[in-house]
Amino acid sequence: MQKATIQLETLSCPSCLQKIENAVKGLDGVEKDSVTVLFNSSKVRANFDSESITIKDIENAIGDLGYPVIKSKVTSA
Amino acid sequence: MQRIILAKKNKITLISALLIALGFFAHFGLGNLFIFNWSLITASIIGGTPIAIQAYQALKVKVVSIDVLVTIAVVGALLIQNYEESAIVTFLFLFGAYLERRTLNKTRSAIKELTELAPERAQKQLENGEFEEVDVDDVEEGDILLVKTGAKVPVDGIVMTGEGHINEASITGESVPVSKANGSEVFAGTILENGTIKIQANRVGEDTTFGRIIELVEEAQDSKSAAERFIDRFSKYYTPAVLVLGIIVWLFTTNVELAITVLVLGCPGALVIGVPVSNVSGIGNGARNGVLLKGSEVINDFSKVDTIFFDKTGTLTVGNPEVAEMEFYGTDKKEVLGYLASVERESDHPLAKAVIEYIGITNFFTVGETEVIKGGGVTAQINGRRIAVGNVALMEKENVVLNEKSREDIESFEHNGNSLVLTAVDGELKVLMGIRDRVRPGVKQDLQKLKKLGVKNLVVLSGDNQGTVDVVARELELTKAHGHMLPEDKSAYIEKVQAEGQTVAFVGDGVNDSPSLALADIGIAMGSGTDVAIETSDVVLMNADFSRLPHALGLTKSTARNMKQNIIIAVGVVLILLASLLFSEWMNMSIGMLVHEASILVVILNGMRLLRYRLKGSKHDTIASRGNDKESKAT
Repeated sequence: MQKATIQLETLSCPSCLQKIENAVKGLDGVEKDSVTVLFNSSKVRANFDSESITIKDIENAIGDLGYPVIKSKVTSA
Repeated sequence: MQRIILAKKNKITLISALLIALGFFAHFGLGNLFIFNWSLITASIIGGTPIAIQAYQALKVKVVSIDVLVTIAVVGALLIQNYEESAIVTFLFLFGAYLERRTLNKTRSAIKELTELAPERAQKQLENGEFEEVDVDDVEEGDILLVKTGAKVPVDGIVMTGEGHINEASITGESVPVSKANGSEVFAGTILENGTIKIQANRVGEDTTFGRIIELVEEAQDSKSAAERFIDRFSKYYTPAVLVLGIIVWLFTTNVELAITVLVLGCPGALVIGVPVSNVSGIGNGARNGVLLKGSEVINDFSKVDTIFFDKTGTLTVGNPEVAEMEFYGTDKKEVLGYLASVERESDHPLAKAVIEYIGITNFFTVGETEVIKGGGVTAQINGRRIAVGNVALMEKENVVLNEKSREDIESFEHNGNSLVLTAVDGELKVLMGIRDRVRPGVKQDLQKLKKLGVKNLVVLSGDNQGTVDVVARELELTKAHGHMLPEDKSAYIEKVQAEGQTVAFVGDGVNDSPSLALADIGIAMGSGTDVAIETSDVVLMNADFSRLPHALGLTKSTARNMKQNIIIAVGVVLILLASLLFSEWMNMSIGMLVHEASILVVILNGMRLLRYRLKGSKHDTIASRGNDKESKAT
């Protein structure tokens, strides 16, 4: 399991959170309970299995919703 | 494609504004309705696309968001050929979102300042002994790092060689430089003001004190209070309910215009943003002023506090007690003091330190069978003799006989505000020491400010004897003073007061008082910025600075009030809009959207006021009164 911290551009609508959360949770290889979207610091935290999904895939899923990813950091959980 | 459109939202907003301006110019300046209609239609479609995309994404994850309401309204307006309304509504919605982002960034600025203090580069020692600049993420525990004058300490670590002065304001809020030399602990994010040091990393990245503080503040800002969770649930059902209301209106009146106007007027705009905005600004203000507030639940609870309990040693007092009086019974003084120092040498109790300092150089003995008696003291064996060091309760337990003279001494020592350390050898009382601790400068004024802010009871709970505690309570004008309390007595007492329906805060240093800190509605730790207290409490006063407590209370009160104001503004706006739709002629979609966006900005601006919050006359008062305090001590 890897732990990802993804910094997004400023989030401004609280309903964005639900969108991002649901989208990331829907990805295969992401541990569902670990997904948290922090509104004020505009960050996403999630644990994922690096064998079935890459950090790029997660970034893309968020980016496709229209929330640009600034940078992400992966550490082993 | 979606991504590109959404990324260009600002440009789209600008284009739609220009098109609307062009349309109106054509209509009223040139009298040309063709250009008017087509420029407004184009504006609606260009502006509506990003909103529609967001609406689609929301529906895909089963969320009925505001975007959905607005999209339906815009499509409806286009269908009934009300191009003016559709264009203006899309523009206002996009422009409002833009302003919202801009102003929200301001409310978050305090935290941003904090995170920007995070170190990025480090000078790491390579295998050949030379230093190379690396990214701070590449530093591991155990690495040797070089820090030069003016640089940030990249990780938590220990000074190996060199010396210098470090500004630790980012951790403690205290900007007076601290001297560091071989063996000193240094913290990530602090700045070396002079000198050069080599350090060994022992905590890196998010594990450093600084990393933990940031993570904590970030999570606090996003934590939700019960009221907020209620609003979340509410808006989850509220937005679909508005949609249903719109449909019902349409079915009954077959008036599309009215139905889509209901959709726009019913938008929950300010409601979802109002409370988080107050929260983030309040916590941001705290972080800037050395007060860590862990979330909006804490803010709510603390703002309603009735009674504040204080630990005495290290909280109300300086925490550096000194032996003020001593009585010796019997003869072999030197030997007994040697026994006493030998036993106390093994203890980390603050009173033990005072005793050792007082005795100074002496013969030390080998100590065996040491046993710590909780809330009593220590017993041990030296050269086959039983030594008991502790309070009166311990002496009674040890069946030490206290004669008339010693009883009188004990009484007079206690009356003078001393903590007692009695020493018995083989069941016979030998030494009585009175140890006193000074009250922290400025605490009295701070406590008065708390009273002014509406705290009903200020109570000290202490393990010390009643006399000592009473002296402190008299000096500080506290409501009540309870001495002779073991940690479990303190928590039992707190439970009792809570059962009476009071909201209770406990202020302590977080080590021996952890049960009370956890039990109280609000646990307030006097953190030196490095201990575990940061994690166990609800509020942390950085650098163990008591004077931040009134600021913390005032801030939570203002923040709680600010949240209420924002809820009232948000709910009030929706009610007034819907009512005016029923009772007035002039209400339409555009005005509704304008009022909504305005109300969103109003709640954000209202929240931002908290960033500048300062306790009335605070700075001035404190400095002046502190000066006086020192003078009166000196005389």
